[in-house]
Amino acid sequence: MASIRELHQQLIQKERSAVEVTQEALDRIQAVEPTLHSFLQVTAEYALKQAQQVDAKIAAGEEIGLLAGVPVGIKDNICTKGIRTTCASRILENFVPPYEATVTQKLIDAGTVIVGKTNLDEFAMGGSTENSAFQRTTNPWDLDRVPGGSSGGSAAAVAGGECVVSLGSDTGGSIRQPASFCGIVGMKPTYGLVSRYGLVAFASSLDQIGPFGRSVEDAAILLGAIAGHDPKDSTSLNVKVPDYSQFLIPDLKGKKVGVIQETFGEGLSPDVEKSVRAAIQQLKELGAEIVEISCPRFRYGIAAYYIIAPSEASANLARYDGVKYGARAENADNLMEMYTRTRAEGFGAEVKRRIMIGTYVLSAGYYDAYYLKAQKVRTLMKQDFEEAFKQVDVLVTPTAPATAFKAGEKSADPLSMYLIDLMTIPVNLAGLPGISIPCGFDSDGLPIGLQLIGNVLREDQVLQAAYAYEQSTTWHQKTPNL
Amino acid sequence: MIDREQVRKVAHLARLELSTAEEEMFTTQLNGILDYFEQLSELDVTNVEPTFRAIDASNITRQDVLETHSDREAILESAPDRDGEFFKVPQIIATD
Repeated sequence: MASIRELHQQLIQKERSAVEVTQEALDRIQAVEPTLHSFLQVTAEYALKQAQQVDAKIAAGEEIGLLAGVPVGIKDNICTKGIRTTCASRILENFVPPYEATVTQKLIDAGTVIVGKTNLDEFAMGGSTENSAFQRTTNPWDLDRVPGGSSGGSAAAVAGGECVVSLGSDTGGSIRQPASFCGIVGMKPTYGLVSRYGLVAFASSLDQIGPFGRSVEDAAILLGAIAGHDPKDSTSLNVKVPDYSQFLIPDLKGKKVGVIQETFGEGLSPDVEKSVRAAIQQLKELGAEIVEISCPRFRYGIAAYYIIAPSEASANLARYDGVKYGARAENADNLMEMYTRTRAEGFGAEVKRRIMIGTYVLSAGYYDAYYLKAQKVRTLMKQDFEEAFKQVDVLVTPTAPATAFKAGEKSADPLSMYLIDLMTIPVNLAGLPGISIPCGFDSDGLPIGLQLIGNVLREDQVLQAAYAYEQSTTWHQKTPNL
Repeated sequence: MIDREQVRKVAHLARLELSTAEEEMFTTQLNGILDYFEQLSELDVTNVEPTFRAIDASNITRQDVLETHSDREAILESAPDRDGEFFKVPQIIATD
């Protein structure tokens, strides 16, 4: 499938219509969906209607934006008005939002064509998309393996050519890790750059919506379209959004790139280490100065995160009580029974587990020992990053310690699943922008991701480094055989 | 360490009905996870302020302007049970 700019040229030069482009995406979805299972719902009729509107504009001689007519997939924890939004949970199986999320409203206004809602780990809790209550999404590079998670559907859909770009959400790595596993680009912006209005809340101090694309440029264009201040989100930052395209320069002269030493220790797969080391060498050849950086508290991220995120989740998910929307258990004799049974039937094991962890660490007598302590550790981790960014422009790490694992491999041991987020979690805890870009393949032919991290609101630095690297390599041009 | 009785108590606080198998599973798993959290005690956090928000944007206010939602019926229609313009729930006050 073409890039956003290529599609735009084809549309304005009338080589193809938006309806033809959309139909091609829908045909592709029909062909590969029986293997990939990326989508929980394909919105064919809606998509074709959106495409017709773009064609009408072109026919009328009106100017169209870059994203007009571009097929996009939306993670199914982002509310789309009148279109079922399930969070891959039984409890929201039939939920039809009466309002539109800010990000999707912006995409609709930009003329994008929403082709469907993508699969995820239930309520975005997981790293493999296996926690979906409805289906298992496969990794397009090896169908026996997971696509990563929690935005596994959005990643597999882009990698499998079912749409040009997609939206995901990233609380502890849920965009970057599946991007890495599926061999595409995925970016988590600075906390507050993109409005969370309409994103079903998981951990409110960490959640952030971001783009997936097959190139850094596509991801940058999509980011530009969704970023910006929103009065409907009190954590939304009131900053001017730059045109991110201007930072796509294939040169790193004068830039300083820091390598976080602590991410190259025990537990890192040798193939991943080899590719990431080679990528760092490549950044050097592009003109960057490489600096060794120590973030001694980096490894405490997982422990702090699995206290903070479940705490926030246990509070956020208290709203699923079977009263105003969502499913309700039948035959409850009283209100308490209705609550406990509705939640027992509606939530899957991982969601229950996190509600249990969160409720426990917040309960009387444990608050200081767990929650408060974790938030203090978060301060220390932030300080490590602040020190690092006094010395360098961007930081580099592997995105994940290993490549995509086999389905079922980590299901029995939740802690082993949590450990995959080792490299990505600290970035959320500090609210920083981070991107994962393809940087090679392991001996099994599975994609490897390189993570680039920037300082607060320095998406420009992250995108420039990512673009320069990408343009000097060919990893992003490889596509899976489906 | 968390025991079976505490798991039951936490489940009640979280309004979750757990099966016997789930109680058993969560007791084992939560112990493993809480054990993992112990590594945080390696860090000295004396005099360290907590970070509740990664990027501080506190006290953001706006005018509280009354707006009519465009589709009231769609909101009511989302409810599992309703009676006209009310959300309907099972009996709250016991009669016995």
